[in-house]
Amino acid sequence: MEDLTVETLIAVSEEIFGRLTFWLLVLLALAITGLFLWTLWRDGGVSSRRFLLAQLWFPPGAIAMVGFMLWMTSSRLTDIGGPIDWIALLGLGIWGGVGAVMWAYALGGLARRRPPA
Amino acid sequence: MRRLDTAGLNRRSVLGLAAAGGAAAVLPGPARAAASRVASNARIVILGAGAGGAAIANRLAARLEGASITIVDGRKDHWYQPGFTLIAAGLKPAAYSVSATDLWLPEGITWLPEYAASIDPVAQRVTTVSGHALDYDYLILATGLVLDWAAIEGFDLAQVGQNGLGAVYAGPEHAAATWRAMDDFTRKGGTALFGRPPTEMKCAGAPLKYTFITDDYARRRGTRADSNLIYAAHNDTLFSVPIVNEKVKLLYRDRGVDTRWNHVLKAVDPAARQAVFDTPEGETSLDYDFINVIPPQRAPQVVRDAGLSWGDRWTDQGWIEVDPATLRHLRYPNVFGVGDINGVPKGKTAASVKWQVPVVEDHLVADIQGREGTQRYNGYTSCPLITRIGRAMLVEFDYDNNLTPSFPGIIAPLEELWVSWLMKEIALKPTYNAMLRGKA
Ligand SMILES: Cc1cc2nc3c(=O)[nH]c(=O)nc-3n(C[C@H](O)[C@H](O)[C@H](O)COP(=O)(O)OP(=O)(O)OC[C@H]3O[C@@H](n4cnc5c(N)ncnc54)[C@H](O)[C@@H]3O)c2cc1C
Repeated sequence: MEDLTVETLIAVSEEIFGRLTFWLLVLLALAITGLFLWTLWRDGGVSSRRFLLAQLWFPPGAIAMVGFMLWMTSSRLTDIGGPIDWIALLGLGIWGGVGAVMWAYALGGLARRRPPA
Repeated sequence: MRRLDTAGLNRRSVLGLAAAGGAAAVLPGPARAAASRVASNARIVILGAGAGGAAIANRLAARLEGASITIVDGRKDHWYQPGFTLIAAGLKPAAYSVSATDLWLPEGITWLPEYAASIDPVAQRVTTVSGHALDYDYLILATGLVLDWAAIEGFDLAQVGQNGLGAVYAGPEHAAATWRAMDDFTRKGGTALFGRPPTEMKCAGAPLKYTFITDDYARRRGTRADSNLIYAAHNDTLFSVPIVNEKVKLLYRDRGVDTRWNHVLKAVDPAARQAVFDTPEGETSLDYDFINVIPPQRAPQVVRDAGLSWGDRWTDQGWIEVDPATLRHLRYPNVFGVGDINGVPKGKTAASVKWQVPVVEDHLVADIQGREGTQRYNGYTSCPLITRIGRAMLVEFDYDNNLTPSFPGIIAPLEELWVSWLMKEIALKPTYNAMLRGKA
């Protein structure tokens, strides 16, 4: 690629998802992060019990993300070829896992008005 | 963009300034270009609204204020050609590569939906098939190339998809028909023939990829042991870049592809399923159950008739005589080339177009401003070489056969990787589309 700028990345991402969907996704990600931060602020820190429960969502989140990517791109786990492939796979898994944990924690925080004692 | 009905054309009309660069205003577009808009009343004619034509039209519309830009192309459909390989691999429908030409053209320019019939670079005039004359100050040739199917005796486009006859290059529907023939072949086994023409060609990796993909399907379906895959190379190499050539040779050996050297396809007999090749030893024929035909490729006749081609190189092909670094015509300095039409030693890929467009923009705008442009095209060419469904090698190089990896130290060139496949599958088309809009 000639010049890989943020502008180019945004333009390419808009093309991948469609402009509307892309910005909706960005908004959704921001909203979840905001919600997550808001629950942290409201509870005055991490509610360890809820966080523990939320962490259970890591593996399914990671697996779903990797599975989705493989399915979307007609590829299989056996196509993993070099170190960068493992890193990409790991990155995708972590992304999916962390995303799921944040969702679970933030949504759990919405459902529960006050942090457990 | 204004679509022109030929009847009512006023070729001198300077189009609504308000509309110019409309798209750029809406998007968080290149602030750089907007900041340095150049006022001009130049008449710019672009021939061809494919990858190169659409991209340069968008760049110039955003960059120039008041110029009259006319793009001439009779094809209503825009074809995303790198997608043909995925269509012929059964992974995407034919529609994946098809969109409307006018979808990609910016506001403030005129599209003349006709083909150019003659170009007079001395009088600076283009005449279309309906006899319409367009005078220009600058001409940009982006006509791509023509596939010379007639050069293969016995070949008939109407028969693609039947009798094991494939033609991935011919278009989206023919790529889909080729998939039906390849699908059928890899379920039964037999002999498959692949190869390339002896002329310059677009995406020289495509014939190699298609061999790998066919091999992969045969393996998955358990018919590889009953199949013979023959690659007929037109000379004694598989690829013009030596290091890539060696790598592909290794992979072909690994996959058991039977390679024949110095075989130039001359004729096919679709009913008998037989192909005839010219070789240094004379004619040879090979029987096949499946064949992917890629014909010789040349500049369109209208360009060759205009006297814009090299006189001493590629004389049977007619590529235009441009400076390899500035892409400016060597005899007519107000003529530029973008894309496959250029008579340069590399560069017949969409990825090259992405690098060529800013260079042509720079030199053309500089000329309008009475100065010299500074940007140089180094021959960048790229072709993600699929080695099986799920893996590819990023192959990027320049005029001097240097490898020019986009992600040095991160994504190794010449290594079969999943991430490289992801790029082809997910990122290539969006990047191409962003390029068409002048944003990549
Ligand atoms: C099977 C296949 C696989 C490919 N894979 C890749 C890949 O993986 N990566 C990659 O980078 N590239 C790939 N390419 C190459 C890429 O598609 C081309 O290099 C690119 O499209 C060139 O752009 P262009 O503007 O020069 O020509 P085109 O995009 O072909 O556009 C030319 C336009 O000019 C018009 N035209 C022709 N004659 C006239 C006339 N007389 N008057 C007016 N208009 C005219 C045509 O109608 C057409 O719209 C592939 C190509 C094929 C066929």
